[in-house]
Amino acid sequence: MFRYILKRLAMLIPVLFGVSLVSFSLLQIVPGDPAVLLAGEDANPDFIEAVRKEYGFDQPLTVQYVRFVSRAVQGDFGVSIRNREPVINLLKQRFAFTIQLSFLSILIAAFIGLIAGVISATRQYSIFDNLSMVGALFGISMPIFWLGLLLMLVFSVHLRWLPAGGSGELRHLILPAVALGAASAAVIARMTRASMLEVIRQDYIRTARANGLREWVVIYKHALKNAMIPVITVFGLEFGYMLGGAVLTETVFSLPGIGRLMVEGIFQRDYAVVQRLRRGPGVDDPGGRHLRAGEPADGHCVCLFRPQNPL
Amino acid sequence: MFVLVALLAPLLAPYDPNEGELGQRLKPPSAEHWLGTDALGRDILSRVIYGAQVSLQIQLVAVLIALVLGTLLGMFGGYYGGVTDNLIMRFMDILLAFPGIFLAIAIIAVLGPGLLNLMLAAGIYSVPQFARIVRGSILSLKEKEFVEAARAAGESDAAILFRYLLPNSMAPIIIQTTLRMATVLLTASGLSFLGLGVQPPRAEWGAMLSTARPYLITAPHVATFPGLAIMLVVMGFNLFGDGLRDSLDPRLKD
Repeated sequence: MFRYILKRLAMLIPVLFGVSLVSFSLLQIVPGDPAVLLAGEDANPDFIEAVRKEYGFDQPLTVQYVRFVSRAVQGDFGVSIRNREPVINLLKQRFAFTIQLSFLSILIAAFIGLIAGVISATRQYSIFDNLSMVGALFGISMPIFWLGLLLMLVFSVHLRWLPAGGSGELRHLILPAVALGAASAAVIARMTRASMLEVIRQDYIRTARANGLREWVVIYKHALKNAMIPVITVFGLEFGYMLGGAVLTETVFSLPGIGRLMVEGIFQRDYAVVQRLRRGPGVDDPGGRHLRAGEPADGHCVCLFRPQNPL
Repeated sequence: MFVLVALLAPLLAPYDPNEGELGQRLKPPSAEHWLGTDALGRDILSRVIYGAQVSLQIQLVAVLIALVLGTLLGMFGGYYGGVTDNLIMRFMDILLAFPGIFLAIAIIAVLGPGLLNLMLAAGIYSVPQFARIVRGSILSLKEKEFVEAARAAGESDAAILFRYLLPNSMAPIIIQTTLRMATVLLTASGLSFLGLGVQPPRAEWGAMLSTARPYLITAPHVATFPGLAIMLVVMGFNLFGDGLRDSLDPRLKD
């Protein structure tokens, strides 16, 4: 197990290197001179030159890159050009928020998705099954930002149950989390249903039934456990997707998360912030990339569910 | 249906999509304006219809970019294996490391917002998916007898790839293309919604939603219809893709 984890982590190194290289070169081709941006449009040339020196923009690209990486590894991502705050502080607050939001969303998605998926599978072609699969189709087809607006319209404007924006309390997070989680709930429901249907037809389920086990024991203890393997992979994928989808949700609900920080950063050409964000998932959470790729990180979780998995 | 609407937009739309009457601002749906008017008094039905044109254009171009690049990369990776494969797939991993639409946003940040860049960004963002699927399919096919027979008959690598392997991988590629049309529309309209894609006043559904936000309370219909349009089209492609999968790839049917 330990060797397996080490091997997976070692595979991360070239990818991280690539990610850092890609984000660094992307920034190099962004039009606009960062020194001018820092010094101000109409600063005198000497001052611009001084700023260029101070931030090292006059060095060769390779030197800049090495410095960028060695600092990033130490957690120093420079200061935001706009408000001179260390980027790492900005990120900490915002990232914590987005993680909270994503976590709540995945909880909602898992809860709804698993229940709907299991019931649909055990009562295949029933009304509930048909309804939940139509619901799932809506779930994957609805644009997050539109769903967010509709939720706002219904629950904040008309019913006045929940606030449409703001942050700090749990109730502020509910609507955004539902909007963000809807698509994932749909994907999880579909996957659970398909996986359960396959498992239910297996011999060992028939054996369990023949042994006189109660139906819910058969379904939840024997079938669901085995059906979880592909579903867990989906959890990983969906979590990665959420970090991306958070950009839209946070914009719709005006939430102080990392997604909005990035969009604001782009609009204001804030170098350091964007640079760090693009590299975000790779470094902050070594599993992030793999969660996206649906590979090793959730591979670890899958191991728990399938002890015979060769490590 | 969606394609028809897009093609016939100029005939179907009752009004000019960019011409508004300020006296007719934010009017709810009526006999004159079936879906009402927006903040500048423009007819929403006409804008939704013209929006279909823009969306179709984005989808076609973006998916085509992803299809061509992804299929080629996947084919070479899968067929030659070894270092080539490793290089290509690690590069795909790097692209996939940017979660969700972050990659598309990053590309736009470099190129700047706009229709063309939006298509590029949405296309590149979909390349890894195609590459992975094609590679997987080539990997399983290249050991089959008919490939060996072709090789024994003296066919070149290129001929084997394009005349034997590619046609046999078509089913998953077609399915993926259809489903990607849905995803690309969601991504592209999302980017436009953020202000990173199609710029107003051009009628694009995501951008329309974004401009409708301030009037959510006073004129909810302005935000409702463009979103509904996106959802229906995405749903259409998803249904179509699922149907194709069931008929082309019976193994996956539950």
